[in-house]
Amino acid sequence: MRSVKPWQSALIHLSILIIVAAVLYPVLWVVKMAFEPGQSFSAGGVPWPSEWSLDNFATVVLTADSDGWLFGRQLLNSVVVSVTTALIGVTLSATAAYALSRWSFPGKDRTISAFLVTQMFPGVVMLIPLYILLDGVGLLDNQLGLALVYSTTSVPFSVWMLKGYFDTIPTALEEAALLDGCTRWQTFRWVIFPLARPALAVVSLFSFMTAWNEFILAATLMSDERSFTLPVVLQRFVDNYGTEWGNFAAGSVIVSLPVMILFFMLQKHFVEGLTAGSVKG
Amino acid sequence: MRKACRRALLTVIAAVQLILAVGFGVFTSGVAYSEEPELVVWHSYRGLEEEAVLESASVWGQQQGVDVRLVPIPFGAFDSKIETSIPRGNGPDIFIGGHSNVAKWVDFSLLQPAINEVGAQRASADEALVVEGVPYGYPLALKTLVLLYNPELIDSPPSTTDELISMASAQTGEGSFGLVYEATAAYYHAPWMHAFGADISSGSATDLDTPEHAAALGFTRRLAADEEIVPLSPSSELMSSLYNAGKAAFIISGPWFVGDVELPIAAVPLPVVSETGEPAKPFLTVEGAFVVADSEQSALAHQFAAWLSGSEGSEIRQRIGLQAVSLASAPPSEDPVVSAVEEQAESAVLMPTDPTIPSVWEALERALRRTVRGAATPTEAAHEASVYLDVFSRPPPTPASPTPYLILMAVVLLGGFWWCFITFRNPHLRSSVHRHRRDYLWVLPATLSLTVLVMLPFVVGACISAFAHQGGEWTFVGLKHFFDILLSRDWPLTSPMSFYYTMIVTVLWTVTNVILHVSIGVAMALLLREPWVRMRGLWRALLIIPWAIPNYITALIWKTMFHVQFGAINSIIGAFVPGDDPVQVEWFGSFATAFSANLITNTWLGFPFMMVVTLGALQSIPRELEEAASIDGASWSERFRFVVWPMLKPALMPALIIGSVWTFNMFNVVYLVSAGEPDGSTEILISEAYRWAFSRGNRYGYAAAYSILIFGLLWFYSRGANKVAGKKVL
Repeated sequence: MRSVKPWQSALIHLSILIIVAAVLYPVLWVVKMAFEPGQSFSAGGVPWPSEWSLDNFATVVLTADSDGWLFGRQLLNSVVVSVTTALIGVTLSATAAYALSRWSFPGKDRTISAFLVTQMFPGVVMLIPLYILLDGVGLLDNQLGLALVYSTTSVPFSVWMLKGYFDTIPTALEEAALLDGCTRWQTFRWVIFPLARPALAVVSLFSFMTAWNEFILAATLMSDERSFTLPVVLQRFVDNYGTEWGNFAAGSVIVSLPVMILFFMLQKHFVEGLTAGSVKG
Repeated sequence: MRKACRRALLTVIAAVQLILAVGFGVFTSGVAYSEEPELVVWHSYRGLEEEAVLESASVWGQQQGVDVRLVPIPFGAFDSKIETSIPRGNGPDIFIGGHSNVAKWVDFSLLQPAINEVGAQRASADEALVVEGVPYGYPLALKTLVLLYNPELIDSPPSTTDELISMASAQTGEGSFGLVYEATAAYYHAPWMHAFGADISSGSATDLDTPEHAAALGFTRRLAADEEIVPLSPSSELMSSLYNAGKAAFIISGPWFVGDVELPIAAVPLPVVSETGEPAKPFLTVEGAFVVADSEQSALAHQFAAWLSGSEGSEIRQRIGLQAVSLASAPPSEDPVVSAVEEQAESAVLMPTDPTIPSVWEALERALRRTVRGAATPTEAAHEASVYLDVFSRPPPTPASPTPYLILMAVVLLGGFWWCFITFRNPHLRSSVHRHRRDYLWVLPATLSLTVLVMLPFVVGACISAFAHQGGEWTFVGLKHFFDILLSRDWPLTSPMSFYYTMIVTVLWTVTNVILHVSIGVAMALLLREPWVRMRGLWRALLIIPWAIPNYITALIWKTMFHVQFGAINSIIGAFVPGDDPVQVEWFGSFATAFSANLITNTWLGFPFMMVVTLGALQSIPRELEEAASIDGASWSERFRFVVWPMLKPALMPALIIGSVWTFNMFNVVYLVSAGEPDGSTEILISEAYRWAFSRGNRYGYAAAYSILIFGLLWFYSRGANKVAGKKVL
């Protein structure tokens, strides 16, 4: 290993510290507003609460309706929609990516292009047609309908990433499994799936996040307060006549925390999973 | 082995089904259908106003034995939700909203005329909800601007603007401001505008280019800039934080402002404008309860809406919601601010309901910002505004005959079939397809769902581009929108409104973003893989945070960080600049700085993705190669250029291309941070399309044409990118 001079090391650590501080600075404002009592926007001073209070969190978390704990219901909603999105998204993209990685059937290249072309569609024009479509099949105001819409938006990216990862897995293992009499599906499920865990983790997190943070579709497709997801609840703190910044910030912290925790937990997989394979391949 | 595989597989499928069944079971059973009739009411109230409407619903519901279900809809999604769901029979029975869209809702046939009697109304509230002689909706409350002040700083409120200016000047200094209001918002400019005798209610372009408008613009410029009593680019966030810090003597705002206030506050109607001797007349918004066209409970709905509007409902709104009620027989409010609103409402001008008014707002606000910034004289600005409005309110293109298009479509379809036929006649291909028939099953679920849920909506949306929409009417115009856009018929090529200008900005935006994302991402990844760097895991995790927080929150934070007087960025720059003068970079005052502000925000949001991709790719590059190069005497930069980069490039290429597609359509940052300022020059194509669809008279067809052009540009880009990358990426 090359030796690093102490002053070099100190310099580099210092620059990392500065960059991390710069990256965290805007986030600290959110934290400050969340933990300070009151609803006004903090503009000046230091991004650190001058006075600590959990009032805003209490307001956001303790909302209730005649049925009981409304926030809890909405949280559960968000979780169910996001987890379903991740499940559907991963299932759809893993099977497609495996086929696209392993077999060369006619039309394969066109399929890959078509998947990625969908990333280029501007969302502005799609809202109303989507609404009519879901209304037609009776999936309006329904968690599954919302999850289906979300999972398709994340499929192209997931397919692209998983295909890259599958490409790096040698085929020898599958050949052995096939010789043992497993079907292609079994081979995929019991040989490839465990090997691709890092990439699958990343893809699930991506699909999860797509659903977890979205509010326009959710607000348009759901019409019952009890079926709202958290970002819709959060958007209620913003309106034409001003924003309840304290509640909005507290809500943001609550919404961001699970994603951050997932990031921390999946960090190792993340780095492995995003290896797109073009190098090893 | 085979048996074990199958059993395990079955277990997994069963488990997934169980989870899904439990998950959805909870929700489908949650929507209980009771025996009692149920009324659904949509509103976007918050706080006290929401409490009042909840109380009303429970009081009336108990009296009548009706279940009233209130659904609070976020303000940002309210209009689009109403317009999408009501025409398809999925709307509520009643919704509560301001009257300014009532003409549009009637155009879209969303409403039933009001049939129940309501008492006499204050001010012009009953007039507000009338469209072409028919009353729609039941008036509930009045909203208008008043002059709010801090009674600890001001003894007796001013009665003229000259008094206001002199009192405010006395209160200005050392971080305090005499007057805080959103000077460059058209709604806040309206009181002065009316006092100068200017008018926008007709929605016609020529009405903007008048000496009265110029005089009003000049007055706002004097108030907001020349007198130096109003903070630069004030926003609603600033108003409450300055007031609560005791640093604002006067505020121009409405009753909604009081909810955020922690200090004592008093209110009076707006003063008389000294120049003309006329009182300042703000706009009046009347909130009403509207019965939806196809409500299944319309008799009950009318009954409830009329009850809300009547004396019992008014009493609750006044007592709990602290609202200025519209019912004339209601006693005056005891709350000082509400009673000022009631008084102001008598002289206020009813907000016009013409569907073209949003376009007037946009033209007028552009003029306001240019005047206050000093980029144009009031007369020039008024003239420019009328030119803009002329284009926004231009009638749609003349209808085109659909026949040639139908023939063209038939030819294309036939050609497609013919192509399929020819292709599949190839026996080689057919046997190959047959041999691989089971492979297709694997891609089928993804392909099918993408086709149905993404391709189909896009194609339907794209077809809208062949139609023009104005005031609820659709006409077929063929490709005329594309000609209008591509030939830049309405704007000179160099105007920020022209397609080509916006396209160049968008390309510049994408290129600069991608360069920054990749260079910062790669640099951080290279640093964070060195084994001697301490706590690498922690740094990596912290650097990913911008990606984890919903970007509509952080974009708003960044916007306020770029504020000219109170923003953190300017204070930080100030700390490094010698001298005592505060640094006042007007970030949204020029193209270069506003573009940089967007760029900085989006780089902050986007580099973590590239960093993580690079970290992944770096893992597969053997360190031995670099060490060998190092032993051979290669410098740090040589090692990167000749060893690391060539191996990194192929892994980064796909991320780079897909990242650039995302950046190209990065709506949130541009819309929330610079909002196109100055003068729409930092707008990108997708945000421009959004404006045409939602804030310039709902020109959905024109916006759809924009979207198709965006798609076309990206498609050509991806073809080019494949060539550059040397392999098929997209």
